[in-house]
Amino acid sequence: MTMTPRPLRTPLTDEDVANVRAGDMVLISGTLYTARDAAHQRLVAALAEGHPPPIPLAGQVIYYVGPAPAPPGRPIGPAGPTTSGRMDPYTIPLLERGVKGFIGKGHRSPPIKAAFVRYRAVYFATVGGAALLLADHIVEARVVAYEDLGPEAIHELVVRDFPAIVVNDIYGGDAYESPFTTP
Amino acid sequence: MAETSGHVERTISVDFVRRKLTALLSQAAWQLPEDYLAALRQAHEQEIAPLGQEIIRLLLVNADRAQAERLPSCQDTGMAILFIEVGQEVRFVGGDVNTAIEEAVRQAYRPLRKSVVADPLLRQNTGDNTPPIVHYAIVPGHHVRLRVMLKGFGAELMSRLAMFPPSVGVEGVKRFVVETVKEAGPNACPPVIVGVGLGGSFDTVALLAKRALMRPLGTSNPTPHLAALEQELLEDINALGIGPQGFGGTVTALGVHVVAAPTHIAALPVAVNLNCSAPRRAEVLL
Ligand code: SF4
Repeated sequence: MTMTPRPLRTPLTDEDVANVRAGDMVLISGTLYTARDAAHQRLVAALAEGHPPPIPLAGQVIYYVGPAPAPPGRPIGPAGPTTSGRMDPYTIPLLERGVKGFIGKGHRSPPIKAAFVRYRAVYFATVGGAALLLADHIVEARVVAYEDLGPEAIHELVVRDFPAIVVNDIYGGDAYESPFTTP
Repeated sequence: MAETSGHVERTISVDFVRRKLTALLSQAAWQLPEDYLAALRQAHEQEIAPLGQEIIRLLLVNADRAQAERLPSCQDTGMAILFIEVGQEVRFVGGDVNTAIEEAVRQAYRPLRKSVVADPLLRQNTGDNTPPIVHYAIVPGHHVRLRVMLKGFGAELMSRLAMFPPSVGVEGVKRFVVETVKEAGPNACPPVIVGVGLGGSFDTVALLAKRALMRPLGTSNPTPHLAALEQELLEDINALGIGPQGFGGTVTALGVHVVAAPTHIAALPVAVNLNCSAPRRAEVLL
C-alpha cells in the first residue's frame, strides 16, 4: 500500500491496472462516465439487445454517481460516490466490453470481485460525503446519454487529479478486507 | 389569538409554514448540525488509523466549504423526512397545510438533486423531490415545531428491522445492532450514527429508530439501563475496526441512540436506522 498517490490517466491500459494494488491511493485524470442504477439497467439492456452503447466502453472508467445540479458558473454540483454493490448485477456485461475501472463506495459481491481478476479491471472507492471537495476535481461535465433520467443520466466528466483508493485489484486484493486491529 | 370556548386559539397561515419550512430545508442541505461537527472534530483527534484520520479531515473541510458556499455537503440530499408537532390550540388558515408543506419541499429542492421516484417498481422520477415523508403529532400548546431530516439512502438502504421473541433478550438485541453495522460496512459512509428503536409494533419500531437519529450527538437516553446499552453498543461497534469509509480504524460510529417504547408480551421488536457522514437535520419553532 502506497500512501503517496499514484497518477492514473484514462482510458486505462492493461499495464495501468497491473500496476496498482488494493489500498493504493490514486489521482485519476482524463474522462469518466457517470452511471448509476437506472442508466446501468438501460445500458445493459441495450447491450443485450445488440444495440451499440451510447458511450465508449473499452478501457473506460465508470463513476457511480448521481451529481447534484450545477450551481451558476460551475461545471457540476457536489458529486460524491453512490453505493457500488447495487451495480453488481450489471457489472459483468460492462467488463466483457472492456471497461477497466469503476469508482464508487462500499462492498462488491464475491463473484464481482472474482470478475475483476478475470477481466483485469480495478474497483476504486472515493470518499462518500465529501461531495463538494470531489466536484473540485471535475473540470467539465455534459450529459451524453439518457437525458430523461435526470440525475441518473450518463454524464461525461473531465477530471483532474480525482482522488480515489484502490479497493479491488486484479490480483484479488481487497482494501476493505484487512481488518483494522488496535495495536 | 382568539378566545374560543375558554381556550386561546392561535391561527397560523399555511403560507408562513411554507416559507419557514423552505428556509429550514434549504439551510439543512448546506449546514451540518453543530453537534455532529463537534463529534467529528473529536473523532479526528481519536482516530489512530492515518487514512481514517485523513478521511475525517476531508469530511470536516467539506463541511466548512458547504457552509461557506451554501452548497450541499453531499449530492444525495435524500428524501425530506418531516416531524411536525402541532399544538392543539393552533388552527391553520389560508389553505391546505399539506399542500403548503409539499410546496416547501418543491421549492427547497429546486437547486438540489431530485432523488424521488413516484412508484417503487415503475421508477419514474417525480422531478421535484416530492412527496416528503411526514409524521404529525398533536401536542398541548400553541406552537408548531418543524423538525426535518434530509436522509441520504446509502445508509437508509443498510438499515434493518427484526421482530424478535422476548427470549433473545438484551444480548440478542446487541448482536443484531452490531451485525447490522458490520454488514453495512463501507456502504453506509461511516463514521455512522446508529438509531435503535426497541419495542412498539412492526410499524412503529422503525419510527422509533428514526426518532433516535433526530437526537443530537453527545446526549444519552435519560433511562439508565438504556444509556448503558447505548454506551456498550458504541464500544462494540467501534471495536469492529471498520473505520472511516470502511478503510479501517477506531471510529466506526460517532454515537448510538436508543429509543424504547412499550410493546406486546410476545415480542421484542428491534429496528436499526443508520445515518451517515452527512446527517442533515434542523428544526424551528413557530
Ligand atoms: S450515505 Fe450519506 S454521506 Fe454517503 S453518499 Fe449517501 S447521503 Fe452522502
